[in-house]
Amino acid sequence: MRERRACGRFAIGVFACGLIASTLAHAQVTFERLVNSAKEPQNWMTYSGDYSGKRFSGLDQVNITNARTLVAKWVYQTGATGKLEATPLVVDGILYATAQDDRAFALDARTGRPIWMYQRQIPSDIRPCCGHVNRGLAILGGKVFMGTLDAHVVALDAKTGAVVWDVIATDYRTGNSFTVAPLAVKGLIVIGISGGEYGVRGFIDAYDADTGERKWRFYTVPGPGEPGHETWEGDSWKVGGAPAWNTGTYDPVTNQIFWPTGNPAPSNRGEGRAGDNLYSNSLLALNADTGKMSWYFQFTKHDEHDWDATQIPVMIDAGGRHLIAQADRNGYFYVLDRSTGKLISANAYGKTTWSDTKDAEGRPVANKEASPTLEGRTVCPGALGTTNWFSPTYDPQTALFYVTARDQCDIFSTAPQPYEAGHAYYGSAYFPSEEAKPYHGFLKAIDPATGQVKWKFEHTSPTWSGVLSTAGGLVFSGDAEGNFIAFDAEAGKPLWHFQMGSAVYAAPMAFAVDGKEYVAIAAGSALYAFGLP
Amino acid sequence: MFRRWCIAFVGFVFLGVAANAAQGQNPFAGDAKAAKLGEYQFRINCAMCHGLGARGGGRGPDLTRAVKKHTHSDADMFQVITNGIAGTAMPANGTNGQGVGMTDEEIWQIITYIHSQEVKAPTQPLGNAAHGKTLFYGDANCSLCHMVEGKGGRLGPELTGVGGSRTRDAIIDSVRNPSRRLAWGLTESMKEFPQEYESVTVVTADGKRIKGVTLNEDNFSVQIMDMNEQIHLLDKNKLLSFQKTRESAMPKYGTDTLSDKELEDIMAYLTSVGAK
Repeated sequence: MRERRACGRFAIGVFACGLIASTLAHAQVTFERLVNSAKEPQNWMTYSGDYSGKRFSGLDQVNITNARTLVAKWVYQTGATGKLEATPLVVDGILYATAQDDRAFALDARTGRPIWMYQRQIPSDIRPCCGHVNRGLAILGGKVFMGTLDAHVVALDAKTGAVVWDVIATDYRTGNSFTVAPLAVKGLIVIGISGGEYGVRGFIDAYDADTGERKWRFYTVPGPGEPGHETWEGDSWKVGGAPAWNTGTYDPVTNQIFWPTGNPAPSNRGEGRAGDNLYSNSLLALNADTGKMSWYFQFTKHDEHDWDATQIPVMIDAGGRHLIAQADRNGYFYVLDRSTGKLISANAYGKTTWSDTKDAEGRPVANKEASPTLEGRTVCPGALGTTNWFSPTYDPQTALFYVTARDQCDIFSTAPQPYEAGHAYYGSAYFPSEEAKPYHGFLKAIDPATGQVKWKFEHTSPTWSGVLSTAGGLVFSGDAEGNFIAFDAEAGKPLWHFQMGSAVYAAPMAFAVDGKEYVAIAAGSALYAFGLP
Repeated sequence: MFRRWCIAFVGFVFLGVAANAAQGQNPFAGDAKAAKLGEYQFRINCAMCHGLGARGGGRGPDLTRAVKKHTHSDADMFQVITNGIAGTAMPANGTNGQGVGMTDEEIWQIITYIHSQEVKAPTQPLGNAAHGKTLFYGDANCSLCHMVEGKGGRLGPELTGVGGSRTRDAIIDSVRNPSRRLAWGLTESMKEFPQEYESVTVVTADGKRIKGVTLNEDNFSVQIMDMNEQIHLLDKNKLLSFQKTRESAMPKYGTDTLSDKELEDIMAYLTSVGAK
């Protein structure tokens, strides 16, 4: 509004004014733009690039014929210690991202030069489980949104980084925190809590993007009288965990949000919480307007190995079916019907020893011998899982699902702990198995139609990098030794790499400005952008 | 003793510091219940490197020794657990990125537990350190590949501190069974797994065969030290062959080549150096 008045006042020529107006109009990210994000592949407007969770870029300027010529275009140093885990957003030439210790920033996406920076004053007594990390922003209207380590949700002015609203979701002192990138759906900002290591009671919230008013909350551990409550022994539900610490996906056709949940607490000890422990380690289908659940699917019942199911659920439409696929931390690749939540297939995509049988639905069932004991038992995968939170990608051109995976077995040993608010609540310890080399890391290409691994690339050591696919026939991922690598998506051969100087704990994304394609990824404490010379 | 005098003196003069020293006192000293809680915390936070029962895990030192290299008091232990030890693999509390850090209370419980596990070291070492030194630099050929106090080879791990940081069992095992668990080499910040002393044989494009150990490696390059301590920096895609094995470059010392008594003497030597 203000911009249009400026146009009139300075009487800029009609053509120029039109140009400015159209650029400014574009600066507003509407829900419609998010739904139709495939129409503007130059922008990356949600954590996974679109609502389907594919982490696929429609850009093809960088492709299998020229990828070997990629060069670094810029590097942005966050100046913070610890892991930079964020995936940036890019809208109309401006890059928005978060960093360690609850920083946020906006950069000129062509040059990496900062436009604004936000640094939250976080309390000194926060104790997030796995570093002072944050995985990114949501954008809607003229605001960007982040969850904070002290369990607030904050809206920042996209032009200045100024706080527009700041609301408390819950008490951080009992181990609650936000590390996840929120998801903007319609006028709501959807976000899930972290804290499965502390025995929080997990939830997914939706806030009014304009005001910060909470519109709904879905507790991932049902309370008394609610369906699923009977799957918890005694009062164990009160500290049942089931956090929701990775970004879900959204189907505009059915208005359903698909959000995955994490481990029951204590994470590695089932004693005291007999039952399936719903809705831990599940995929939930929630009505976007109300937060009401239409179906759930539990990947690991009564988990005792810390196998959070917080992997990105990827919507795939194939053969007239509306599917959702998840490469789960427990080592199985699941394909579900996303209309009903019914399991279609579950196939191991890594080394697993915990299940020899499947139930009537086809879901792998845990062997009794997989339960941790005081002396310790070796189980594969280990506590970190076959995969973890890092994003996979689905490439509609190759019809393959690419995921970072590891083969590692752990010795799970119980260490009974009483619950104490704000204290670690694992109930066990785990150690690498006695194998001479207890770990192997891979990038794997899975055919969702068969669940079979079509190709795999073995890394020198396991990586925490996510994966991006592009219309250029490429798959990008990083390794634990600091390389950013472009692979031929069909054959799995590396075509190009760049040494970034630190291990990768983030997922790549792609964008374009002024007709030039860039691929960006974080490594160490810095954000890198690459492009053609 | 000098150190204690210093602390006492400073504490006497500066009351503020005296208050801090009070904070350095273990509120659970000798409390069996706290030790039990500390045992659980230890299993979760420390046992991965220091082993179950604090007896050392081959990676971290044996903490059941009453005399410890880096700590002389509970306050020191609290400091080390909180801040880590620079230049070693000991991380600061909560910084390994894979788990919850410990509260102060939990750290004190762990310290209490460690004390409950301590055993007194034998007053006399089992072996003869002087003879061990002769063996190390002589007939046992250890120094061909290992350096102690600036003297020796570079192909294997530097061993000056090993007697003070590794358990007796771990050292004996790595002599008798060097391939069972390869030693850690370079540890890079933020990289999950350290480099290990893997053996490698490559054939370069011009047909040259190089045998040695990996100093470091990634998906595309490898840095090798050959048996003559020459460093080779190689691109994997330019090699005719690249073969890596977890068979240690160190020969397996059976009792026929190194008797238990001789090994005990070498242990005594390494322990005497490592305790410095």
